[in-house]
Amino acid sequence: MTDHPDLVRRSAARLAADLAARDVSAVEVVRAHLDRMDAVDGAVHAYLHRDDEGALATAREVDAARARGEALHPLAGVPVAVKDVACTVGQPTTAGSKMLEGWMPPYDATVVERLRAAGLPILGKTNMDEFAMGSSTEHSAYGVTRNPWDLTRVPGGSGGGSSAVLASFQAPLAVGSDTGGSIRQPAAVTGTVGTKPTYGGVSRYGVIALASSLDQIGPCARTVLDTALLHEVLAGHDPRDSTSIDAPVPPVVQAARRADVAGLRIGVVGGRDATGYQPGVLARFTEALDRLEAAGATVVDVACPHFDYAVAAYYLILPSEASSNLARYDAMRYGLRVDPSRGGASSAEQVMAASREAGFGDEVKRRIILGTYALSAGYVDAYYGQAQRVRTLVAHDFAAAFEQVDVLVSPTTPTTAYPIGEKVDDPLAMYRLDVTTIPANLAGVPGLSVPVGLADEDGLPVGLQVLAPAMADDRLYTVAAALERDLVDAWGAPLLDRAPEVSTSPVPTPTRQEA
Amino acid sequence: MTTITRDQVEHLAMLARIDLTDEETTRLATDLGVILEAVEQVGEVASDDVPPMSHPLPLVNVLRADEVRPSLAVQEALSGAPEAQDDRFVVPRILGEE
Repeated sequence: MTDHPDLVRRSAARLAADLAARDVSAVEVVRAHLDRMDAVDGAVHAYLHRDDEGALATAREVDAARARGEALHPLAGVPVAVKDVACTVGQPTTAGSKMLEGWMPPYDATVVERLRAAGLPILGKTNMDEFAMGSSTEHSAYGVTRNPWDLTRVPGGSGGGSSAVLASFQAPLAVGSDTGGSIRQPAAVTGTVGTKPTYGGVSRYGVIALASSLDQIGPCARTVLDTALLHEVLAGHDPRDSTSIDAPVPPVVQAARRADVAGLRIGVVGGRDATGYQPGVLARFTEALDRLEAAGATVVDVACPHFDYAVAAYYLILPSEASSNLARYDAMRYGLRVDPSRGGASSAEQVMAASREAGFGDEVKRRIILGTYALSAGYVDAYYGQAQRVRTLVAHDFAAAFEQVDVLVSPTTPTTAYPIGEKVDDPLAMYRLDVTTIPANLAGVPGLSVPVGLADEDGLPVGLQVLAPAMADDRLYTVAAALERDLVDAWGAPLLDRAPEVSTSPVPTPTRQEA
Repeated sequence: MTTITRDQVEHLAMLARIDLTDEETTRLATDLGVILEAVEQVGEVASDDVPPMSHPLPLVNVLRADEVRPSLAVQEALSGAPEAQDDRFVVPRILGEE
């Protein structure tokens, strides 16, 4: 099919240069990725839908435009995967839920419009926990996605499909969404890069809402520069999203190319020997701090005492907002409709309740019921109201920290990827692992995860999280790019070169309780 | 320790319009008790003088210009409807039978 078997391993920046130089065509690049999907996605199960024809059509248009000498976006012809939370005309959009099985959106999300306008072929839609509720993709109604490093382990979540397509070379770029860590945590456990931009930095128009005061769309890739390049495509003001910030996009690509931490003040949040963290995670994190110091940064410990309460606040605020947002799945205008009487005698309310029972999975029901409780009369002050006050305290902690330092760093996750099935029946254990990523969503500040090596005890990837003040997203990229350059020099090759080749035979799916 | 009864879960499920099975109701009563016990610590730290924060951005009444813009065509808006007729959504009966 293609004379370039290594095309799928190239970075987006390299592909963009190769395309511009006409060393390779966009059709060849897309075909190479479709071949790779044929070979490995039976085992990884990262795509819920693939759009071979649509991607090839875009590629042909880009090639023709280039042949005519038209001015093109630098990423034109570089393929991308989109999390199934963003509406795509011509491709089903399910948010990982039976409620929206086969739903064809009548309009594109703004981020999808921007991808199309820049000429990026969209390969398909990636798997996710249902309505982004989860940290492992085990809560997808369409089966779990597997971690390309070890097919018996989770790829993180909710954006485990996007992280897995990158780590298994089924796309060089992917779009994710991050409400409590759903871009950064999957990036960390798959050895890839992902950014949650500043709240309001990327339009959410046409993106299926989970918790509107927390949700943010962002870029995922295998290198820091590629992530910045996609960030620039996605970001910017959109009048159709009232929370979209009307200000210039921070200079993220320039920052990724600068890759300089000399003179930068870096704060370590949560300490360097936090309890509950896997030893291999802390070891790689500490080494990364040494590298940043050696590169000229000042590294100091910073106290953010209210971060300890962030998980509790988050798991009240998120279910409260989700219970309200998911009220729209009422079986009337779109989505699943189940008639319990099967003869048309049921009332609208009975149809609604039967449809929601059939269409929502266990975790979604759990959070809707929890949110309904937290918002109900007599409890709203003690739960939702108190959680909003804790949110203020978390934001104050960030403000105080950013008076002392330019960025904050921590391990992205307390552990490496855990085995599929290990935590699925213990919601609290899974919620607690979001401790590192949640504070950024509560305060609206940007965060990025970059790989910093493999844990000694299990050989699985470890991520370092960088956090910056609102609208200082560029700082994330300069720190992460400096670290990445230093580490890749030391390793002699990108971390993903050490991932085992994905077995091409499908792996049997372990049973889930509802399966 | 917060205890959530099956009756409470049934009431919440009615408010949320979800027809839970008996088994789901029992399991959620247990799950919610455990989760609420863990999240109750929000009451330990934030006193009443701390203002509540609903949103990360200080935005008030973001309005667009009052101009006519293209919107979805009727057929597009109805394209995902479980049932449609005469350019309208068909819905189950709203009123009781008595």
